[in-house]
Amino acid sequence: MIATGAVRVVEHNALVFSRLWRGSIMVSFFTPLFFLASMGLGLGSLVNRGSGGVGGVPYINFLAPGLLAATTMQAAAFECMYPILGKILWDRIYDAMLATPLAVRDLLAGEVAWVTLRLLMVASIFWCVMAGFGVARTPESLLVIPAAVLNGLAFATPLLAFTATQRSDNAFSTIFRFVITPLYLLGGAFFPISKLPVALQAVAWATPLAHGVELCRGLVLGNLVARNALLHVTVLLAYTIVGVAFARPLLTKRLVK
Amino acid sequence: MSVRAMRFSARSVHMIERNALALRRNWMIIFSGFVEPVLYLLGIGFGIGSLVRTVPVGDGHTVSYAVFVAPALMASSAMNGAIYESTFNLFYKLRYTKSFEAVVSTPVGVVDATLGEVVWAVGRGSLYSIGFGVLMLALGLVASPWAVLAVPAAILVGFAFAALGTAVTTFVRQWQDLDTVQLALQPMFLFSATFFPVTVYPPALRLVVEWTPLYRGIDLIRGLTTGGVGPGLLGDAGYLVVMGVVCVAIAALRLRSRLLK
Repeated sequence: MIATGAVRVVEHNALVFSRLWRGSIMVSFFTPLFFLASMGLGLGSLVNRGSGGVGGVPYINFLAPGLLAATTMQAAAFECMYPILGKILWDRIYDAMLATPLAVRDLLAGEVAWVTLRLLMVASIFWCVMAGFGVARTPESLLVIPAAVLNGLAFATPLLAFTATQRSDNAFSTIFRFVITPLYLLGGAFFPISKLPVALQAVAWATPLAHGVELCRGLVLGNLVARNALLHVTVLLAYTIVGVAFARPLLTKRLVK
Repeated sequence: MSVRAMRFSARSVHMIERNALALRRNWMIIFSGFVEPVLYLLGIGFGIGSLVRTVPVGDGHTVSYAVFVAPALMASSAMNGAIYESTFNLFYKLRYTKSFEAVVSTPVGVVDATLGEVVWAVGRGSLYSIGFGVLMLALGLVASPWAVLAVPAAILVGFAFAALGTAVTTFVRQWQDLDTVQLALQPMFLFSATFFPVTVYPPALRLVVEWTPLYRGIDLIRGLTTGGVGPGLLGDAGYLVVMGVVCVAIAALRLRSRLLK
């Protein structure tokens, strides 16, 4: 029952997306293209000259999988803030949906399924760009796509719970400026976390991104240690599940009077 | 300039006053724009900088990577502040709140209002870039006394982009067109010798990059803060002045024909 209800919610999102997909696909393609060309090749040439790459690999190979994780984080944050609050508050789509046989758990399952699909699109396009730069060469590197999706979900569900508590979109730009962008730039995608001050290293490892970056990087470079992989996946799953566990009662409280 | 024309420009002050009043409601949005360049400085300048070590600048001497990147971020924040204000915010005023129309139905003329908007956008760009310059000084990323001139240089960069943004906004019909602005800004930010010297490019590509406005702004401010001062900087400044003046003229003419029927 929950499955068919959730499918209806996904259908709704897919229909809206089918009208607007061009812009968002362009962004998903050009942003990694520009970043990998500029930072990976341009700045990378300085890094390779200065210290022979990072950990023995050319800088672009180090950067690309990390940036993939950072990108799914960003995409998840975007999908789970403005559009969700819009459906709660602005166009009240959820109220309309709840007037049908759908229940809150269907909405939640549907939204999580939809964001998973969106992350799958973002990560797949990114993988193609990365392969174009010659970074992802092995078939095993395709595993980086589900890993990056999981990393995105670890941000998506907690943020969905957060959005369920908001009365306006004021806090969203604060989340972007003070959480998402700092993690994007300092969270391990662009340079190893070990270069951060010790106190900040601890903060970085407490966030899902550090684990997502390590997981993606290990899968693309082919040097992942099984025990570490298990730890990273566990942390990412834990964030995702805790997010859902909070989102369900919060969304129910918000939508059902 | 005739007395009449002078009086016109003086009235642009009212447009600035109006914007300042409106700002009191959401100053946090303006303030938080300062955060992003600082994060880039920390992440790219110091983080990746620890892997890069030194970079050659203009006249053969080398500087640390953070010293190299900081002036580029200063120029970019002048650009970003000015562009956002003169595209997104101005479009909103022209299209939705119609506050621009309301202003020009008073004794404030179209040219005044246009100038007022440009000056206001320059102010926002300057706020970010000069604030960033002060941070550079505090972190020891300023390598030359010429850096004093980086303040007027940043204002000039802000002016050139505020004028460009205002002119572009007169052609914008809907929000989606502004996505194109975004799409143009990102590669400009990433490829204008912001994060690596222009010598990395093949010669043909280098020529293209050297003709983009942000490259000019970065070259100018970088020359001043690293002490690589030469006649080339006058070329950069000239480029930005011409671009700014031409764009203000275009914007004023187009707004006049649009609003005064």
